[in-house]
Amino acid sequence: MTFLERQPSGIPVPRPSMRAAPYWEGCKSHVLRYQRCDDCGYIGPRPFVVCGRCGASDISWKTSAGEGSLYSWTVVWRPQHPSFVVPYAPAVVAMDEGYWMMSAVVGCDVEDLRPGMRLAVEFRSVSDEVTLPYFRPV
Amino acid sequence: MTVHPFHDVAIVGVHNTVQAKKLPDHDAESIALQGAIGALADAGVAASEVDGVVGQFSSEVIVELALGARTRRPNMLGIPALVDAAALITTGQCSVVLVAAGGASLYTDRASTAPWTRPANEFVAGYGLFTAAEFALMARRHMIEHGTTPHQLATVAATIRNNGHANPEAVHFGRGPFTPEDVLESRMVADPFHLLDCAMTSEGGCGIVLASADRATDCDAPVWLLGTGSDCLGPSYTFAPAWDFRPRSDEEPAGRVGWRASRRAFATAGLGPGDVDVAELYDPFSFEIIRQLEVFGFCGAGQGGPFVEEGHISPGGRIPVTTDGGTMSFSHAGIAAQQLQRVIRGVEQLRGTCRTNQVEGAEVALCSNGGSGALFTDVLLIGKDRP
Repeated sequence: MTFLERQPSGIPVPRPSMRAAPYWEGCKSHVLRYQRCDDCGYIGPRPFVVCGRCGASDISWKTSAGEGSLYSWTVVWRPQHPSFVVPYAPAVVAMDEGYWMMSAVVGCDVEDLRPGMRLAVEFRSVSDEVTLPYFRPV
Repeated sequence: MTVHPFHDVAIVGVHNTVQAKKLPDHDAESIALQGAIGALADAGVAASEVDGVVGQFSSEVIVELALGARTRRPNMLGIPALVDAAALITTGQCSVVLVAAGGASLYTDRASTAPWTRPANEFVAGYGLFTAAEFALMARRHMIEHGTTPHQLATVAATIRNNGHANPEAVHFGRGPFTPEDVLESRMVADPFHLLDCAMTSEGGCGIVLASADRATDCDAPVWLLGTGSDCLGPSYTFAPAWDFRPRSDEEPAGRVGWRASRRAFATAGLGPGDVDVAELYDPFSFEIIRQLEVFGFCGAGQGGPFVEEGHISPGGRIPVTTDGGTMSFSHAGIAAQQLQRVIRGVEQLRGTCRTNQVEGAEVALCSNGGSGALFTDVLLIGKDRP
């Protein structure tokens, strides 16, 4: 079977950090959030409290349109942990707002993965606290 | 040229313990201690002369060897631990420094990948990422941008695995020989990496002794520090490993991590890639060799794939790479030992004592640690002659 599915419950669940709480709360209500500097527009690779580019501390959580393109991916056949069903396709998504996001592609065949293919976010609850954003071709 | 203080530091002792799939009588600390003792014996330096210990078990080594009150620098990395040791010497804090590391009894849950390959950050845990997948995300971009092929990756893996196949001290001694086709036919782990494109796991320890020039000249075969550099773009495995991640527009992207480190190392040494006789490159995954050859300047950007297919990294080639079999075949005990072992092999090459794949007349070795998927690369240039 080479169709990429979302993972079943029972996989290792992220432990949300305090700094990233707005991100995980957004995911629970199916809203994808990212941080952006109010002064210069910088978007960091991870949650931040001071802008690494201009030094401003006015950082806002923004809502992403949830769309992007496939920047890079892998197809995993030897799972990191036995709770993961293979194959699965961790991916870096180039979001339309101008940042890279770590996720996984679902809803297509392994053979259909192409650089630059258009993707849209799709949420799945994996525990009471955590909902994971995946990406599906559009 | 101004003399760099590190040019007054030499590596005077190196030792690898026995390396094996399992060392049932050892834990990480005990095998690291064996590495430390072996390195002192190799150097012909008494434990009482050691005035500093650096590395994974620095405190433990101090008490186990009954050294007394000594300078300690914990450092879980490889080359950076050696640089810490060199700095202790050049600043007059120490004259003989011992560095040791080891791994054993760490990988017990065989249903999962090795514990050090799956750190549990909130942004990667739910997607089943581990080191092979993180590094694959970098390799894929190179394949997209430059047309690098699975066969080129497999050529690297076959070359390094054949180096280990020939090396009686390698955990995978006698497992080959391998062709690129053998690599391509092994089961897929994280596309484009087949099983044989990946580091294996094993157990073992090692040690290195560094000394000031005054002390080193009394030792049999000092090998000298020529230059070093270290690049890190942030914590490994906590955010998307995008090749083009570039926090500063005037610097190279994350996929070329190590460009700054290697240039600093070469500048300090007053050398260039053409002066290197052997490259003991860190080989967590086959693609990383192709990447490092480009980043360090052994070939042009995007040319690493054809470069390895032309045979340049094989024994007898233009720049023999990872001549003991590396983490794919020699040993990969986790944490720091396998990183220090790149330097140990470099030292053995410059001493001319390698039992297999000795590069005749080798005078300069480049050793590296890290990789793009982990967002860091450390570089150390060492030489047979005092600069």
